[in-house]
Amino acid sequence: MNKQRLHTDPTHYNQLTDRYSPPSDMKTCLLRSFWVGGLICTIGQGIMDIGIHFLDMSVRDAGSLCSIVLIFTTALLTGIGVFDKIGQYAGAGSFVPITGFANAVVSPALEFRREGLILGLGAKLFTIAGPVLVYGVGLSVIVGVIYALFIH
Amino acid sequence: MPNKRIGQQTIELPLRPALCGNAAFVGNKEGEGPLAADFDFIASDELYGQESFELAEKQLYLDAINLAITKGSSKPEDVQFLLGGDLLNQIITASFSARELGIPFVGLYGACSTMAESLCIGGMLLDGGHADEVVCAASSHFCTAERQYRFPLEFGSQRTPTAQWTVTGAGATLLSNAPKSPPLAHITHICMGRVIDLGITDANNMGAAMAPAAADTLLALLADTKTTPNDYDLIITGDLAQVGYDLLVQLMREQRMPLSPEKYVDCGLLIFDREKQDTHAGGSGCGCSATVLNAHILPKLQSGELRRVIFMATGALMSTTSSLQGESIPGIAHAVVLESPMGGRKS
Repeated sequence: MNKQRLHTDPTHYNQLTDRYSPPSDMKTCLLRSFWVGGLICTIGQGIMDIGIHFLDMSVRDAGSLCSIVLIFTTALLTGIGVFDKIGQYAGAGSFVPITGFANAVVSPALEFRREGLILGLGAKLFTIAGPVLVYGVGLSVIVGVIYALFIH
Repeated sequence: MPNKRIGQQTIELPLRPALCGNAAFVGNKEGEGPLAADFDFIASDELYGQESFELAEKQLYLDAINLAITKGSSKPEDVQFLLGGDLLNQIITASFSARELGIPFVGLYGACSTMAESLCIGGMLLDGGHADEVVCAASSHFCTAERQYRFPLEFGSQRTPTAQWTVTGAGATLLSNAPKSPPLAHITHICMGRVIDLGITDANNMGAAMAPAAADTLLALLADTKTTPNDYDLIITGDLAQVGYDLLVQLMREQRMPLSPEKYVDCGLLIFDREKQDTHAGGSGCGCSATVLNAHILPKLQSGELRRVIFMATGALMSTTSSLQGESIPGIAHAVVLESPMGGRKS
């Protein structure tokens, strides 16, 4: 019964799979992520400039304003079901700026609300953003220690 | 006791159980695809009037089963087994539907191969004289599968070109030894597949993971029944989609049992217009083969446009846990041979 019927070994099959699996179109992907990512960053810079020149803010406050506006806009776009389409189009272009982080927190919040506020929304809120927080905060502590010990 | 086994893996069903009721309920995206005219019902949105996607899938499942039973001129009380499954953890769609139907329930999990798996077992139950009437069903829902296997719906991630789109839909078939309505088709042989794994680990390339299992089962069925692909009007695979389709064609060519493009179709390629509907490699999910078989293939068998076909649904038997732990993806394929009530060969 366990006679091998299909005379194909995994190495050969892996080569076949590579041959028949279309690769991502790097040129289009890079171009799209570049222009969307660039646009988001340009909008961010515009918000900062408005803060500094028109609202009489310090650079630090204008930076906070920029983050708040971008995060809020992303959350809104995620809530009305637009941001996932931008993400599918732009890839890293919309994911790498702060917009990606906002989307990564808001989308599970929407998705798991149905399972309750504590074990649904509360527990699942950081399923995607969690690793970024863990390693982001962890690394910043290590860098901070190195800075305090050797550079400061 | 006559031995109904022929060859290594195939079982002949001399009583030729009839498929006599069919139903396919789908979501709105499937309703915008090329097979829209064939489906019994197209839901206007993903929630189908329910509070959650899980409840929506269950309702599609229930409605499909009830319609299949009605179209087969029967009643749920007369059906002796419900054989079915779905993609969700603990197959809740199937078991929650069974809770409402009151039909003795055999829950099956064969990932996307469930429709063929249930037809195989249903056929054997009827042929063995253990039941007169059984209903087989399978479903999937894009939104429930997406959250279980991948990311939240609104998460802005990019899909790879080899990724497949889970079909929202439920298909059900009523099987009977003494059909009360004109039969759609008869099951003549079944072939239950082995689990085959050639080391594919990319969960975004399930077609590639399942194609070797499809080849293995198909080769077994052809060898056991001493037939070649040319003896069938059509060979239908479940959800190999474009990558798996090409790989199966290549594997069968290497095994000297070539499939001709006119006589081989895949439900995952039939259900969506891949370019217009942006579904990448094609459709997937239990609902894919279940709805395409019931809505598109069975009517053609009834009319005699198709006389003898192999319906072979494929499943990828991984879980999110096994994928994260780096395990490769085992594949499976089950096949049933279906013949038209007008006879197996064109005159």
